[in-house]
Amino acid sequence: MDGLDARVRWISAGGWVRNSVTTFGALSWSGFRRYSTYRQATIAGAFTNTVFGFLRCYVLLAVVAGAGGSAPGGYRPDQLATFVWVGQGLLTVVALWGWTELSDRIRSGDITADLLRPVHPVIGFLAPDLGRAGHAMLFRFLPPLAVGALFFDLYVPGRPCTIPLFALSILFATVGSLAIRYLVNATAYWLHDARGPMTLWTLSSGVLAGLSFPLRFLPDWLAITLWIATPFPGLLQTPLDVLIERDPPPRQLALVALQAVWATSLLVLAVLVQRRAERRLVAHCG
Amino acid sequence: MNAKTKELLGAYLALLRGQVHSLTSYRASFAVELFSNLGGTTLDVLTVLVVFRATRSVAGFSLIEGLLMVSLSSLGFAMADFAVGNIDRLKNYVRTGTMDAVLVRPLAALPQLLLMDLPLRKALRLVVSGAVLVVALRSNDIVWTPSRVVLLVLAPVAGAVFFSSIFVLSASLTFWWIDSGELGSSFTYGGRDFTAYPVPVYAGWFRAVFAYAMGFGFVAYQPALALLGRADPLGLPSWAGFLSPLVAVVAAFFAAVVWRAGIRHYRSTGS
Amino acid sequence: MSLIQMHNLRKDFTVRVKAGRFRREKRIVPAVNGVNLTFERGEMAGYIGPNGAGKSTTLKMLTGVLTPSSGDVRVCGLQPVPQRTKLALQIGVVFGQRSQLWWDLPLRDSFSLLRHIYRVPADAHAGRLKRCRELLDLDDFMDTPVRQLSLGQRMRGELTAALLHGPSVLFLDEPTIGLDVVSKQAVRSFLAELGQGGDLTLVLTTHDLADIERLCRRLVVIDHGSVVHDGTIEALHARYGSHRRLVVDLDVPLPEGFAVPGAELLSVEADRHRATFELVTTQVGAVVSELTALRDLSVVEPDIEDVVAKLYRA
Repeated sequence: MDGLDARVRWISAGGWVRNSVTTFGALSWSGFRRYSTYRQATIAGAFTNTVFGFLRCYVLLAVVAGAGGSAPGGYRPDQLATFVWVGQGLLTVVALWGWTELSDRIRSGDITADLLRPVHPVIGFLAPDLGRAGHAMLFRFLPPLAVGALFFDLYVPGRPCTIPLFALSILFATVGSLAIRYLVNATAYWLHDARGPMTLWTLSSGVLAGLSFPLRFLPDWLAITLWIATPFPGLLQTPLDVLIERDPPPRQLALVALQAVWATSLLVLAVLVQRRAERRLVAHCG
Repeated sequence: MNAKTKELLGAYLALLRGQVHSLTSYRASFAVELFSNLGGTTLDVLTVLVVFRATRSVAGFSLIEGLLMVSLSSLGFAMADFAVGNIDRLKNYVRTGTMDAVLVRPLAALPQLLLMDLPLRKALRLVVSGAVLVVALRSNDIVWTPSRVVLLVLAPVAGAVFFSSIFVLSASLTFWWIDSGELGSSFTYGGRDFTAYPVPVYAGWFRAVFAYAMGFGFVAYQPALALLGRADPLGLPSWAGFLSPLVAVVAAFFAAVVWRAGIRHYRSTGS
Repeated sequence: MSLIQMHNLRKDFTVRVKAGRFRREKRIVPAVNGVNLTFERGEMAGYIGPNGAGKSTTLKMLTGVLTPSSGDVRVCGLQPVPQRTKLALQIGVVFGQRSQLWWDLPLRDSFSLLRHIYRVPADAHAGRLKRCRELLDLDDFMDTPVRQLSLGQRMRGELTAALLHGPSVLFLDEPTIGLDVVSKQAVRSFLAELGQGGDLTLVLTTHDLADIERLCRRLVVIDHGSVVHDGTIEALHARYGSHRRLVVDLDVPLPEGFAVPGAELLSVEADRHRATFELVTTQVGAVVSELTALRDLSVVEPDIEDVVAKLYRA
């Protein structure tokens, strides 16, 4: 019976933290591994990002050229080119589109298997998603950026704090994006399928996150409202503005802090929604 | 029309009817998607407006001239997307075996796939694109001649045929490369984005490939120049705008050949 | 002329095999390797084999979905691929794991759409539909969307859909896969009923050998792309030496050294009160007449599953 006793012994607080970190790490690694098996789709996707990089980059450069000396949105040409190419790379890292795993599992009923696991569902989806983002950083972020650097003059950040801040900003963008995707998918708990909300999200996210054009092209009042009142700019525009040093350091820092606030609140909201949904599931399944 | 053709037409109509009936079982979802699509097209046009707002002119073209180009491109694209756009789900058809089910029916494969899954939710896009074209035509000072009137009718139709061909070509790619993922959208949606702006915006080999080798320059840019009576800064003669139907026919021919080859390849390899 | 003819039919697939970290090698794998078969009008034939043996590939070549790599194939006198649409009017196909029906529409609507697609005259359509409704008990769910049907109900719908244009050949690819016992029975008796008419040729692949035993006089076994058996089920048993078994319960223990010519003693149990014989060349009577104090007996028919398993392993 000694063996059994050893297994049920009380786990110290330090051990609990250590275990959680190990579990989180293992789940993230599984996300990374999973995406490294889709090798051909990765190549095809990177090619597509590159084509769109060319398209958007030429358009924005034409905008600067047509502005006759003034800087549209406060950007110089090399900053805009960097905005486009890094944006194409980040698009897959933050994964704005095409994630229906949760709603599919809700619809098929597989979600009940997830609820039986000793890991909270939000964490159970967040950890592999960070692994996926890590994979995308290597194989979807770098290739278009390299092509962009080959054909256009890109902006090289000068401040020492920019790169760490950019990395932090990508992390918050990914977490915020996962939280929103989780919320959109979770509507499937209540609606029959999440297709409607999903379509709305896909349409609005591209424009409101700054993919179609830099949000600074909008009138100031509108841009500021979007930044503070919605999480969208934090998904793409903020990391890009941080990297190309659009603003002085204090404001760079403030933008990332704003992102952090949004990402945390959305994650908390996702946990609350999940709790509501579980209560509903229990009530319905008896 | 002889009896046999009539019968065949009836068969295709039946497929379309099935698709319409299917929608009635998802009325709420359909309504949401219909209006989302409306919103999507509006956002596409707004994007162009915002881009022009940030500057005085783009590659020497004013906002209203740009609006004419984006509306020609978006009307052609909307028609093609409506009729043929769902073919980009070909890889799902192959994976789920729908392709096999289609091949054992007594009808041609491509029209079956299109009619079984006609994206009726995209119908309102046509209305928005048409409305923007009307606004663009009224804001520009166009000197109307008979040939320009003909061109105005031909250009969107040619654009639709052209984009449809691109859709079919991109989809055919999956016959050879099932994991090609979003690659096809580089040319379908990428092509739409390309044609939304004047060609001189682009440069170098990228412009040469997209505008002339693939023919995207003839969808909206050249016809718009011909309608406006503006000389092409890149040096093509003014009648180049009238080439758009020809370019569309060539593209359609290519698409038909590649699609047939694709079906043949599918038949020799299976899924 | 035979309704279905395959002459040296062959299908090769090219697969890329990993050879080292980045290199991939092309390798040609024959899925169907020179098959010669003919099926006559009205014949009901089972086509079986282990996973990947080439069953579905053959069926796809017969229905015009796949082009053969070489060899000849004729169905109803037509070449399946070049004359696909013409052939489609004469054959019915049911893929067990794929659907011919409209997912979101009631069965009734799917059937009426199929009438237009196959250009069937209204009265002929109505007649065939009526027969299927009676035999397959479709009336309870004619107005239910296909996505809400149970697998068994859906399969009954699929069978109807494949028959509405009055095909002369019906190809069934695993029609009972995943069905519960009652649905399997319903499908089998329906197919048996169809076969009675004698006009319809039926070729079915399956993993459930009970389908074959119930329906097919002829059994074709394919393995690694080649036909390894073609004939009746009895012929298969004869060839693989599978025999009936006799189990006897006795009131007294079986004497040591008990033997009957032509019967092989397989086992004794329960303190020699129960014995099992394999009847190799003799009949039940010959064994029973030698036994004293017989309490009970039973005869076990040879198990086709065992025979086929033996065949696959060979």
